Amino acid sequence: ILRNYLCSMSPIQATMFPGDGIGPEIAESVKKVLNTAQVPIQWEEHFVGDKVDPRTQSFLTWESLESVRTNRVGLKGPMATPIGKGHRSLNLTLRKELGLYANVRPCYSLSGFKTRYDDVNLVTIRENTEGEYSGLEHQVVRGVVESLKIITRTASLRVAEYAFHYARTEGREKVSAIHKANIMRKTDGLFLTCCREVAEKYPDIKYEEVIIDNCCMMLVKNPALFDVLVMPNLYGDIISDLCAGLVGGLGLTPSCNIGEGGIALAEAVHGSAPDIAGKNLANPTALLLSAVMMLRHLKLHDKAEQIHNAITKTIAEGKYRTADLGGTSTTTDFTKAICDNL
Amino acid sequence: TYMPRPGDGTPRAVTLIPGDGIGPLVTGAVEQVMEAMHAPVYFERYEVHGDMVKVPQEVLDSIMKNKVCLKGGLATPVGGGVSSLNVQLRKELDLYASLVNCFNLPGLNTRHEGVDIVVVRENTEGEYAGLEHEVVPGVVESLKVITKFCSERIAKYAFEYAYLNNRKKVTAVHKANIMKLADGLFLESCREVATKYPGIKYNEIIVDNCCMQLVSKPEQFDVMVTPNLYGNLVANTAAGIAGGTGVMPGGNVGADHAIFEQGASAGNVGNEMLMEQKKANPVALLLSSAMMLRHLQFPSFADRLETAVMRVISEGKYRTKDLGGTSTTQEVVDAVIATLD
Ligand SMILES: Nc1ncnc2c1ncn2[C@@H]1O[C@H](COP(=O)(O)OP(=O)(O)OP(=O)(O)O)[C@@H](O)[C@H]1O
Ligand SMILES: Nc1ncnc2c1ncn2[C@@H]1O[C@H](COP(=O)(O)OP(=O)(O)OP(=O)(O)O)[C@@H](O)[C@H]1O
Ligand SMILES: [Mg+2]
Ligand SMILES: [Mg+2]
Repeated sequence: ILRNYLCSMSPIQATMFPGDGIGPEIAESVKKVLNTAQVPIQWEEHFVGDKVDPRTQSFLTWESLESVRTNRVGLKGPMATPIGKGHRSLNLTLRKELGLYANVRPCYSLSGFKTRYDDVNLVTIRENTEGEYSGLEHQVVRGVVESLKIITRTASLRVAEYAFHYARTEGREKVSAIHKANIMRKTDGLFLTCCREVAEKYPDIKYEEVIIDNCCMMLVKNPALFDVLVMPNLYGDIISDLCAGLVGGLGLTPSCNIGEGGIALAEAVHGSAPDIAGKNLANPTALLLSAVMMLRHLKLHDKAEQIHNAITKTIAEGKYRTADLGGTSTTTDFTKAICDNL
Repeated sequence: TYMPRPGDGTPRAVTLIPGDGIGPLVTGAVEQVMEAMHAPVYFERYEVHGDMVKVPQEVLDSIMKNKVCLKGGLATPVGGGVSSLNVQLRKELDLYASLVNCFNLPGLNTRHEGVDIVVVRENTEGEYAGLEHEVVPGVVESLKVITKFCSERIAKYAFEYAYLNNRKKVTAVHKANIMKLADGLFLESCREVATKYPGIKYNEIIVDNCCMQLVSKPEQFDVMVTPNLYGNLVANTAAGIAGGTGVMPGGNVGADHAIFEQGASAGNVGNEMLMEQKKANPVALLLSSAMMLRHLQFPSFADRLETAVMRVISEGKYRTKDLGGTSTTQEVVDAVIATLD
């Protein structure tokens, strides 16, 4: 009993990367809201360095990565990759080094925020480590370049497995594999084969396959047709942004990266938004909802629920909204309103 | 008034591929309407089906002779041994530009308004290069090939299209932050061509952001130029927001030949039910054949056809199921014919 008591008191360590651009502003907002809600989390903040760390070949230090590995849970703001050669992109470094193989992006209509689509409730699960993002490109001769897309059985099985596991634990009914195997027979064909194999192990979950172009069309005509979608890297990137558009834009959509050994690194879907950075204009909702995903992962369901409700309530009331949702509030005012609604 | 050269009214031969599924139904609709308005074209019909290994040589010969073809969808078996005949045709005839026009039809309410987008898509390389192999068991590679040559010619086509059609802006769609070399080369080519058209605005957008913008603020787009795969996705998204596959016209064009087909999901052959009930929407292909008539320099026939189709849609009495109606293909065709002036 004493142990339990101590556990519930001693805060959980979690890594936090505020990131670039609007990152620090929205990270501040998250800290404030979680603090106000008295969430027992202690943040270990890590910043992106200004020199390349030779151990990671990027601006992220080895210590930062170690922090996530030890804590096994973290929240990250957007990281803009500094232009220049000779180092890896920050997001890529994180993905590769931490084996973040699946990116889970729930996308649902926020009650209280009306868009042209009000019946969206789906989750995209994106393979995060290979595909078109292999980074393998070369110039064959002048004026001819090739870019390699790699699909492996291991990675495809792993992400498919996660998708079905997710569907089952979240009580969802259907998994759709999104592909272009009519053109890319071998690569996307392999991805589909893996999905089918996994599907057999989950007879309780409906399984279907949808060609990506048709998927785009179905999504914009009737998003309610979808439940959980699993797909290779590039398709996931495109489809998840499209879905974000359906429910009100990048300011609203959270995500969580799942890594080897159960690491969870939550992050907003959006980027560093350099156009509005430092102006106190950013919508922190996406990162807040990402933090909510993180709390759920930590089984802090009550806190997660409480914060989630405060966010939807604030947006629904409509008094405080950031510019991307048609309001005039600053990040800080909106954050304060959420805290008041906790 | 349009002053034709003497002899311009001589009927022109057009290769016709009814294709699979709903293909014969919708190409049949075009044949009827063409006949009703005495359009100066006649069709040379060829049976081609998606399960053939190759497009028969006589079909290619016919298109090469006639220069113009109208076609229904050819079914593409997923993951099977044969490659898509739709893609084969484009490659064989070097139809390097695919064009889809996605616009709100007057009177047809959709979630979005003010959509009038032309997607110009590179049609011969990129992810559709078809170069794939298994490196070791469980690891497969697919090559995306981007060349300066193809990027430049598609960019030129897009700007030329914009110039000739009084369009104001060309947007290049890419993912050059990830595919720095491949999509980088594509962008570089677009930028070069853009400098030759100072009157047309040029901008660039990353493909994922593009899809998001399409579903939230589609009115910001005008002409879009894209590599192969992105074009496919962008065109389908744009078609979806403006009313769907069943109404968006399009075509494929190269230096010498052109094939007109349903704009988005050109490979679509519909489902069993559509075929049985004969309720495929003929509007997309009718509008495509108006594009074809213009291409053949019969602008007045094109206008008449387009006007009639638009009127039927906006009156709203005869619409197929995908537009919320209950009409059969034939009822729509009859309405169009009755509306022709
Ligand atoms: N949290 C947010 N609140 C308000 N607007 C946002 C937010 N996130 C993104 N945006 C807007 O969405 C658009 C795209 O932003 P995003 O940062 O994803 O762009 P990006 O060019 O992809 O950045 P990066 O290179 O860092 O990925 C920008 O106009 C930005 O202002
Ligand atoms: N001309 C048309 N008239 C009516 N419906 C159409 C037409 N063209 C396409 N559709 C319908 O629009 C939907 C999307 O078409 P698409 O080609 O993208 O999908 P598909 O893979 O053929 O799907 P399905 O298996 O449902 O036919 C399908 O349901 C299709 O039947
Ligand atoms: Mg993205
Ligand atoms: Mg981004």
